[in-house]
Amino acid sequence: MSAQASAATAEPSVVKSGAAGSAVFPGSDSRKYNYFEPKGRKATHYEDMTVDVQPDPERYLLQDWIISFPDGTPTYSKDWTAAKSSNWHKFRAVDQEWERTHYQRQSTICGMVQNTIENGRKSGAPARFDPAWVKILQNHLGAYKHAEFGLGTSTMQAQRYGYTQMVNNAILTNSSYKLRFAQDITLYLSEIALDIPGFDVNAGKQHWLEDPIWQGVRKSIESVMGSNDYLEQYFATNAVFEPLVGELFRSGFLMQAASAQNDFITPAVVSAAEADYERNLANTVELFHILGTDAQHAAHNIALFNKWLAKHAELALDAANHLQPIWSQPRVKVVSFSDALAQAKNRIRGIASELGLTVPASLS
Amino acid sequence: MSASLTLNKITAQKGITIAEAANRVADLGWTPSYVQEAMTFPTDYKISKTPRDPMKQVLRSYFPMQEEKDNRVYGALDAALRGDMFRNVEPRWVEWMKLFLAIIPFPEISAARSMAMVGRLAPGEELRTGFTMQMVDEFRHSTIQMNLKKWYMENYIDPAGFDITEAAFGKCYATTIGRQFAEGFLTGDAITAANVYLTVVAETAFTNTLFVAMPSEAARNGDYALPTVFLSVQSDESRHIGNGHSMLMAMINDPSNHQLLERDLKYAFWQNHAIVDAAIGTFIEYGTTNRDKNKESYAELWHRWIYEDYYRTYMLPLEKYGIKIHHDDVAAAWDRIVKKNYVHKTAQFFAVGWSANFWRIEAQTEKDFEWFEHKYPGWYAEFGDFWKWYAKLSVPGETNILFNSDVGYVYPHRCWSCMVPCLIREDFVCDEVDGKIYTYCSEGCRWTHKVAFAAEYEGRATPAMGRFSGRREWEDCYHGWDIADAIKDLGFVRPDGKTLTAQPHLRFDAKDMWTLDHVRGHQLGSPLRGFRALSPIEREVAVADYRKGFTINPCH
Repeated sequence: MSAQASAATAEPSVVKSGAAGSAVFPGSDSRKYNYFEPKGRKATHYEDMTVDVQPDPERYLLQDWIISFPDGTPTYSKDWTAAKSSNWHKFRAVDQEWERTHYQRQSTICGMVQNTIENGRKSGAPARFDPAWVKILQNHLGAYKHAEFGLGTSTMQAQRYGYTQMVNNAILTNSSYKLRFAQDITLYLSEIALDIPGFDVNAGKQHWLEDPIWQGVRKSIESVMGSNDYLEQYFATNAVFEPLVGELFRSGFLMQAASAQNDFITPAVVSAAEADYERNLANTVELFHILGTDAQHAAHNIALFNKWLAKHAELALDAANHLQPIWSQPRVKVVSFSDALAQAKNRIRGIASELGLTVPASLS
Repeated sequence: MSASLTLNKITAQKGITIAEAANRVADLGWTPSYVQEAMTFPTDYKISKTPRDPMKQVLRSYFPMQEEKDNRVYGALDAALRGDMFRNVEPRWVEWMKLFLAIIPFPEISAARSMAMVGRLAPGEELRTGFTMQMVDEFRHSTIQMNLKKWYMENYIDPAGFDITEAAFGKCYATTIGRQFAEGFLTGDAITAANVYLTVVAETAFTNTLFVAMPSEAARNGDYALPTVFLSVQSDESRHIGNGHSMLMAMINDPSNHQLLERDLKYAFWQNHAIVDAAIGTFIEYGTTNRDKNKESYAELWHRWIYEDYYRTYMLPLEKYGIKIHHDDVAAAWDRIVKKNYVHKTAQFFAVGWSANFWRIEAQTEKDFEWFEHKYPGWYAEFGDFWKWYAKLSVPGETNILFNSDVGYVYPHRCWSCMVPCLIREDFVCDEVDGKIYTYCSEGCRWTHKVAFAAEYEGRATPAMGRFSGRREWEDCYHGWDIADAIKDLGFVRPDGKTLTAQPHLRFDAKDMWTLDHVRGHQLGSPLRGFRALSPIEREVAVADYRKGFTINPCH
């Protein structure tokens, strides 16, 4: 036995400390994740939490995907969207969300919404809502909550299919925001119903399913839910439905009209969704901008996105137009439908222009 | 003022009940009539009953609750640093976290993805909220674990291995075993994967050893971070267990599902046992320095969590629905742990292959030997000499134990099913599937590949069932390579370009560390290639010979 070996078979040398810096040896200062290219000069915390967690045979996945669907499709496939990318790993969510920031934001919103409702109810506000406005909340905000739920379930489905962790997590947080907002509205209406005699919490669903005003919206939402392409779902949600219908109804009607009907609660509840959307839109624009300017696939992608834009814009515009009668229902009229729709069209034109897409004639 | 007057009483106002809130939220869904919902991942199961949500929680209370849990976790991490945790932490333990935490964030996020698969399958919307919360929970788990790993990297004496973590996850033979676990959650028949394999078996049974038993051992090794993160993770699991059970109950009354349920409960149990017990058993038994004879061994923990808690109180009651429970497999798994030294043989294999790892493994010592012998009588006779050899050969300049014929270790075949090597030699089996020969660690794994993962099960078409794919034998990827070149290709080399990330000891001094030059000159090979090249008669002899096992030579 060599002298070295004899030393090794004795009890291992006692390590005095397991703390960083207590010894210097090769690699002792390698204290950053070093397997991906950060977007900026240094990796952000979000990138460290996210990048490469969903592996890729084209990067590090030596043994390839090891279970497949019966037709041979692997656990993750680039073929789950018609969009193409020369680098699916380039995308970083603009909102940089990981679990801690997501819960902090969601929890803050829950607190804000609950405080507003509680304090509003304590002050007796719902009883002072204009009766015509109460009907609008009951029937139309009640119907609209189902649209939000549809987008939430659609994005919940879509977050399974993306080719990278960055894409899927951005869609997942989108889903989480939509489903929370659908529940926010549901619980808000249920709670003010306690203070407003005759308020029918079931009326919203009936309007969603049967009222001609809402059938365009339902068809538009079901078309998003019915797409077999997860990126079409994500695109149609944030680049088309949200600006043309979601924002139109939320900001273009509820947020502006409510205070004139003695309602200061609804705008606060709805404002959370507007802030959610700004983040979801930023992520969407970033992703589709990357794809639309892809070195190899830009032309293909732009043609595809134009097709999606035309298809979903037609449905969403029809949906928006069907909503017009709601603008006439409040007793105090604050905003006109045509102004709100012009604003919505302006918004979608801005998004389309940012993405280098051709705005359909109907939106000009 | 009345003594009983509280702020709550002053501010309280009438609200809706929790049950009512849950009901209203469940009424958000509808059946589309204009356009059919997107094609979802298929299943061969029939789900006609609406599953109930046992938790009845809404997102309004969920998010603040989770934020509070997070605050506790991150506060505890800060406290650990302020209390100088790393001065007292046991490096033997933290080294294994390089492997564990390289694996676990992907299974977690896979579980989030799999919620998309079950979300659309169940009739009604009641359980949708449960699935939504699980989706966000799993997003939490995946990123909170990436954060913990980064925290270890920043504060532990040797960050090498943490710094390459997700690249290592893609390449290491051991992490691929964990990937089999994860891909099982989200590929193939949606119910098999996302309900039975993930929630009914992995989360209900095996997260207890993963996220409860293991953190206890971490605390015994001066690591307070792992318990604070993982017990917080585990607190979410009760919701997932509820989701799984509710979905199971929505299917179990339909006798046409029983055949598939029996298949999947058997497959999922056996594969969870083969994968989780190999890994977590090793971390708990071999990653610890605590040799308190009063603490439970992994076998005892298994008996508590898997046998008593899962098998006796969860699985057995399923029999009243007409489900045949695979009692023999539970007994066989127990025997593998207690009588056939499954965990010890796995730890031995990890140690033999240390140079292709990305974490350090130090030798077990006399103190460890005494504990093992106390808990597993006969351990010393089978493994004592091996660990002495390991210690002896831990010095750079010695022949790498993987290729050192003095030791007597015989490199094992790889199991095509669970991907753990075929370590219990007497259980080794082979079979032909679609005209090709494969090797398996056990009859359970042979059955899984050949019978369960097929287009037909007991005469019934199973068109949704997944298939095994990919380059499942890791050794085949480097067949004929010099190990030094393979290690370089794996990226398991420190930033100086020559020192190995893995080391067979915990000596934190450059002069004690192995480099590529120390291991160069030995070729890796695929056992399966050689095995397939044999004639049927030669193969029979090889199998008989393999089943006889090997004996480690005495180490003087």
